[in-house]
Parts: sequence; structure tokens; C-alpha cells
Amino acid sequence: MRLAAEGLSCRRGARLLFEGLDVSVPAGHALVVTGPNGTGKSSLLRILAGLAAPEAGQVRLEGVEEPERVGGHAHYLGHLDAHKLALSAQENLAFWRDMLGRPGLSVDEAMEEVGLGGLGALPAAVLSAGQKRRLALARLLVADRPLWLLDEPTTALDRQAQASFSALARAHLETGGLMVAATHAPLDLTPSFELDLGAFRPRRPAALAPAEASF
Amino acid sequence: MGRAFLALLRRDLALALRAGGGAGLGVVFFLAVVVITPFAIGPDLALLARIGPAILWIGALLASLIGLDRLFAADAEDGSLDVMVMADLPLELIAGAKGLAHWIATGLPLVVAAPVLSLLLNLSPASIGALTLTLLVGTPAITFLGLVGAAFAAAFRRGGLLVAVLVMPLTIPVLIFAVAATGTALGGTVAFGTPFRVLLGLSLACIVLGPVAAAAALRATRG
Repeated sequence: MRLAAEGLSCRRGARLLFEGLDVSVPAGHALVVTGPNGTGKSSLLRILAGLAAPEAGQVRLEGVEEPERVGGHAHYLGHLDAHKLALSAQENLAFWRDMLGRPGLSVDEAMEEVGLGGLGALPAAVLSAGQKRRLALARLLVADRPLWLLDEPTTALDRQAQASFSALARAHLETGGLMVAATHAPLDLTPSFELDLGAFRPRRPAALAPAEASF
Repeated sequence: MGRAFLALLRRDLALALRAGGGAGLGVVFFLAVVVITPFAIGPDLALLARIGPAILWIGALLASLIGLDRLFAADAEDGSLDVMVMADLPLELIAGAKGLAHWIATGLPLVVAAPVLSLLLNLSPASIGALTLTLLVGTPAITFLGLVGAAFAAAFRRGGLLVAVLVMPLTIPVLIFAVAATGTALGGTVAFGTPFRVLLGLSLACIVLGPVAAAAALRATRG
């Protein structure tokens, strides 16, 4: 299995964020996307997930049926945790387990794994920001999807939770999973590549850039 | 796929029925509209009986639209919609499940409450029966037409009134045939079955086309 993106460009409004970006992530590897604020890390993840259309280029997941439909094989963890505050932690997780299909760990096992054991009956509204993030990470475990697309996965996590997240991520890579993570915090992931999006900024202001850009 | 559909249906129902979910709000609004009408019209029982079905239908129409603006907007705001569209369940069925849950939580209580509220408007037993039947068949049409407006509201902040304005013109055929069917119970030249069958057809068409149009609207606005 290999995640391949070719010639990706991304436009937000009048601004071209990056262009001519090629991404190739083989099975068992992580791609860590870095770069200053506003260089398009989140936009890149949304494009890879199929949630946003790129200005140019295409994304494929080689080695699966329908390689164009990357989203169907991917977990997307964005800035928003996607919890319903009125439902309990357990109900939230059980919903995503049924919704996303291909069940992985049971709800209780996943809660235990991210250190939320015993808190399942609490409404998501009373969880702290870090606990909500842990609950969102538990979603990655209850459904078995090979590609993890993570946007700042360790936001609000304490140091111990960050370490246990790294362990979960490494375990996912060891079983042949793929990962693309946008982050500012150093993630202890091996084997991983790094992609500095700052380097893919268009040289000229986008408004002036002609269609036949120089490459 | 059926599992995901049921999971979504269950979740939306649970959310609607919990505190702050707004499932009861539609019925309370319906009650308010119906109770206030006799005060405005005056104690003319014959007049009330004649226009009662129309008032009940307008009340049900407005009550059905309550809460529709948050149907997709709430999921878009907390990120759920992003994760949902990555499930194997097609967007059309996601919209369908949400519409069905919304109808069970908001539309069905209106149907149950209608016979009781009919008494306030001096409706005859035959009218009450006809009205309840038309509400049972017609309210799903309103909800599933409303899905389209709800999908657009997800893209705009403060889409509340927008949904009502977008959806209400589309509901006119439903309203015409529903009230016409109820009117036949008061005597007339047309049989009850004639407008009622048209209403059934409208409802079935809305249930099929509503989710498809809502999914298209979601795709177009989220690009």
C-alpha cells in the first residue's frame, strides 16, 4: 500500500498556498508535515482526506480497490474533535465504531488504551480539552483504517499522553499502517519522513502568478 | 452499511431527545399556534371548524421547520460531518438517516398531538381522522424537503430563517393537497382518496429526492 499524491496545488481564496507538491508514503511509514502557520498543513490533510478539492493534482492510495477514494480508507483527525457533547464518551465512540465500519478494538479497550478507562459514562461535555483529544484519538483505534491523517494530534495532551500516543502511532506503523501528521511538536515516530511545506510556497504572489508557472 | 445507517439514526434520536435536543419544541410551538388562533378569530364555532384543518396544517408546517437549520450545521461545526463523509455510507443515506431521525423526533409528535389540538378548533370526528392521516403522510414530505434547506444552512452561519424561506415555497403543493383532502371530510364533490393519493405521491417523491438533493447541496457548498 502506498499513498501517492502528484502535483498538488492548493488555493485558499486568491492565495496559492503551495504548488507542485508530490507526496509518497509507503506502508509502515509516517510523513510528518511541518512549516510555519498558514503554509497549508491543514489544507494538505483535508485534500489528502478528500474533504477538499485540490487546485491541481491528484491523490491515490495504491494497493486498495478504488485507489481514488482515499477517504474511505483513512481516519481524519482534524482540529475539531467531532464529539457530541450531550452524549457520553462511550456513546460517542460506539457511534463512530458503527459509523466508520471495519471494527477494530472494542469501545472499552480503546478507552483503556488512551487512558480514559472508567470515564466512559461521563458526558463528553464535562471532559477536559486533553481528555476530549484522547477520546478523539480512541476513534483511530475502534475502526480499522490503514491511513491516519492527523492534524496536530497532540494538541492539549499532557506529556504522558503524548508518549502513549507516540507508542500507539508506532504500533500502527509496525502493522503496515500509513500516517501523515501535521504538527509543530516533535513527534517520536520512526520510520518517518519530514515535509517542510514552507519550501513549497509559490515564489511570486499568487495573484500575479501566470498559469504557466516556471517548472 | 445498514449498521452505519442505524447508528446515525440512533445517535440523532438520542441527541434530539436529550435535554436541549429540541424534540419537544415543535409540539409546544404547534400548541401555541393552535391555541392562539381561536382568540384571534373569535368564538365562531362554525368558522373555526371550517378553517381548523388549514390552521392545524400551517401550524404543523411551521413546527416541522423548527430545528431543521441545525440539522447539518451542528455536525459541520463540531467536525462530525467531516468524519461522517469519510464513512462508507453514501452522503445521500447520511442525509436520509438524519431526515428520518428528525421526522421521528419532530414530525411524529405533531401527528400524535393533532387529534387533541383539533378539539380546540371544534373539528368533527371525520375531520380529525382525515387531518391526522394527512399529517402522517404529509409531514415526512415537509421534513425531507427541508433537508435541502438544512444542507445549505450548514454552509452559512445564521441560516435559521433562511431554511424557512427556502423551504416554504417548496411545500405549497403538499399544503394544497393535504388541506384539500381534509376538506373533503366536510363535504364536497371530490372523494377523500383523490387529493390524498396525490399527497402520498408527493411524500414518496420528497423522501427519495430530498436526501439526494441535500447530499448534492452539501457537496456543492463544502467543495
